[in-house]
Amino acid sequence: MRGVGAVLRGAPRAATGLAVLGAALLVAPLLVDDYLLSVILITLYFAFVGQAWNLMMGYAGQLSLGHALYVGLGGYAAAAFFVHFGLTPWAGMVIGILVAAAFAAGIGLLAFRFGIGGVYFALLTIAVAEFTRILFEHFEWVGATGGFFLPVENREINDLLMLRGSPAMFYYVILAMTVGLFLANVALIRSRMGYYWMAIREDQDAAQALGINTFRYKMMAVVLSASLTALGGVFLAFYNNNLFPIDAFGIHRSIEIILAPIIGGLGTLFGPILGAFILTPLGEVLTWALDQLGVQMAGVKHLFYGLVLLVIIRSLPGGVWPWFARRLGIEGPEARP
Amino acid sequence: MTWDTVASILIGGALTGLVYSLMALGLSVIFGVIRVVNFAHGEMMTLAMFAGVFLFTGGGLDPILSLPIVAGTLFILGYALQRRLVEPFIARPEHEQFILLLAVAILLVNGLLLAFGPDARSVTVDYAFDSFELGPIFIDKVKAYAAGVGVLVAAGLLMFFRYTRTGKAIRACSDNLMGAQVVGLNIRRLYALTFGLGVACVGAAGCLLSLLVDVTPMLGPELTLLAFVIVIIGGLGSMMGALLGGIVVGLSEALAGLLIVPSMKSMFSFGLLILILAFRPQGLFGKRT
Amino acid sequence: MTDAPLLDVRLISKSFRGLRAVSQVSLAVRPGEIVGLIGPNGAGKTTTFNMIAGVFPPDEGEIRFDGADITGLRADQVCHAGIGRTFQLVKPFYGLSVEDNVLIGALRATRDVDAARAAAVDLLDRFGLADRRHQAAGALTLPDRKRLEVARAMATRPRLLLLDEVMAGLRPGETDEMVQVFQTLNRETGLTILMIEHVMRAVMALSQHIVVLNYGERIAEGEPEQVVRDPKVLESYLGEEAV
Repeated sequence: MRGVGAVLRGAPRAATGLAVLGAALLVAPLLVDDYLLSVILITLYFAFVGQAWNLMMGYAGQLSLGHALYVGLGGYAAAAFFVHFGLTPWAGMVIGILVAAAFAAGIGLLAFRFGIGGVYFALLTIAVAEFTRILFEHFEWVGATGGFFLPVENREINDLLMLRGSPAMFYYVILAMTVGLFLANVALIRSRMGYYWMAIREDQDAAQALGINTFRYKMMAVVLSASLTALGGVFLAFYNNNLFPIDAFGIHRSIEIILAPIIGGLGTLFGPILGAFILTPLGEVLTWALDQLGVQMAGVKHLFYGLVLLVIIRSLPGGVWPWFARRLGIEGPEARP
Repeated sequence: MTWDTVASILIGGALTGLVYSLMALGLSVIFGVIRVVNFAHGEMMTLAMFAGVFLFTGGGLDPILSLPIVAGTLFILGYALQRRLVEPFIARPEHEQFILLLAVAILLVNGLLLAFGPDARSVTVDYAFDSFELGPIFIDKVKAYAAGVGVLVAAGLLMFFRYTRTGKAIRACSDNLMGAQVVGLNIRRLYALTFGLGVACVGAAGCLLSLLVDVTPMLGPELTLLAFVIVIIGGLGSMMGALLGGIVVGLSEALAGLLIVPSMKSMFSFGLLILILAFRPQGLFGKRT
Repeated sequence: MTDAPLLDVRLISKSFRGLRAVSQVSLAVRPGEIVGLIGPNGAGKTTTFNMIAGVFPPDEGEIRFDGADITGLRADQVCHAGIGRTFQLVKPFYGLSVEDNVLIGALRATRDVDAARAAAVDLLDRFGLADRRHQAAGALTLPDRKRLEVARAMATRPRLLLLDEVMAGLRPGETDEMVQVFQTLNRETGLTILMIEHVMRAVMALSQHIVVLNYGERIAEGEPEQVVRDPKVLESYLGEEAV
């Protein structure tokens, strides 16, 4: 069994780096101010949803361009049950996941039963996300276009049960989620299902000839990825305390989710995390620098993201991680795009 | 609501649909020949719409007159884009092509946003509020002109593919790439021409749409989706399908505006797309393979 | 040979867009037997294979494996029933290591990844790929890819192996090596093989029985020496003038 542990033992520099990073992330709330903490927090959020998306695209090879759908569904479900019925988000989360999983299963059923692949599948995911956005813009129970707001009572007392509290609490929640998902992924992609996903990604006909029920495993990938993404959505809704259909389901949101894993490296364990840690802070630095210059321009950050995406896909289509891993002295599958 | 009004609205929808058709035709041509999905299609359309608006407000040019300029410029842009960016991606995996054009789309939306801000802009020609009256039915002049010019451009393109040597050569590439290479056609040039023509279609359609719809940079992704909805309804890669699909979408939007809240009208198109993908993935007008 | 056939194909047909690719073909493969399926290009060999392997169902007819009806099962179900296959144009998982390729096949028979890896290592050893097991499959040469294709199919522990032109593109020496591997497998494990093959050197060396297709119909079958002298077979390969 070649786990991450074994990979890292073969690369002491990487192991040291990871240990330092881990320690720094653990004590970060004590060291940095609220703004910087919020930047790291959002970075971790993108690392989380990026990992969730990567399971489906990077490992199972199914391109979803509508992943904001699941962020929105998870967030809206948990927030609505919290606001209307006082339900704890830990239970609301289950509802959110169920709703997202149902949508994902619907998309999967439509697409995979009829053999819709590639571009068509991607378009179907966008279409369903947009369809849902417009639906929510007319969904009065959750505020329609006016937005849906969670009451902000205190930021001092941490109430983990109701997920109300200080930025530091949210920070530790998302840190735990991101690390937890990473560890789960390590186990997942070295499991039978992980290998089956990669087989499907590489060649569906060959996969099926080896006894893999490709329909079932693609469905599992879509539903699992959607459920995890919905979990991220619950976190985001409770952290932001507001939800707007355009910001929850909009296509620009879906694109934000997929940037980090593509830039970091599709189908790698570290790629989505590395991508998030490159992209989000750079975007923030850019906005901050322009702010300092007295320039406030909408679109600069995303223009920059677009440029990075263009450069990466042209010259490093496997992403930054495989290249970085080789420099760290990591060999083998984790260093392969 | 009287039947005359309904008829007027439906005819207006079908006319707007013809402008959509021209946009979708561009997407269909590019996909049909190069097998690359232009994910930046709607963003290019927005670029053309902005060009239409500024040539009107700045130069006083009616978008119908500025159409050749805009279409020509976008042709060059498309040609260059294919040669410089897309060409090396033709042999690469599908998702990488997709991501490349997604990057182009992001650059276009945010470039436009940076240049012109998020506000809506429009063209108000002096016949903007005039209409033709056919008995009790009113037809907006702008819609009639835009649709008429759109059909002319589309017809021109179809004639080009049917009768000119270059057009036939491009069709040969799409029918049998290996054969085309064997007889010595310059594939790289033909592909660039095709991409150029596809984007020029969008240029023309954008100019015409600027007469009908207010433009904002954020319109791009919506138009991209709309173009896809149309070609998928019509059958991806089929030119006639794109034309008919545009009319279907224009009509369904008008109908949706009549029957339900106007802001829900695009839900209609997306719903249509989902139904089509589910039950007739080859398109309403495509042949089952 | 009196035992019941392991694979029993009865009168299967398939048309594509009105064109009859395979017409009422029957063939039987007995346990432990190696059967060659030959015929000129376009004779319907691969179509027949694809129907047996579950890529698409036959329009009519029946396919039985070990007494059970497997007609119309999906490819993965056919694999679980005990039929492994290779593809004419090999389909390795290019981005994965050679070992992982075979491991995925081995996961058919076990859920335990470590056990599957052990099985993969054994098989790679048998097919002479042991020293290349950590390479990406995409980096292999064509003969090695062919070996990998067979090793991966073997990893699913088939009782019947369908080989679609595995010898094509191999040099004579490499062909002989491959022939030996199959002879050993057949002798030691009783593996049953149905093979499409153009390389007559391999067909003659391996097959105990040959079925000949032409224009989608079975035109001959029998012992190898007898079949290759059949005028109908010669005619199908050489055209009528040559007879």
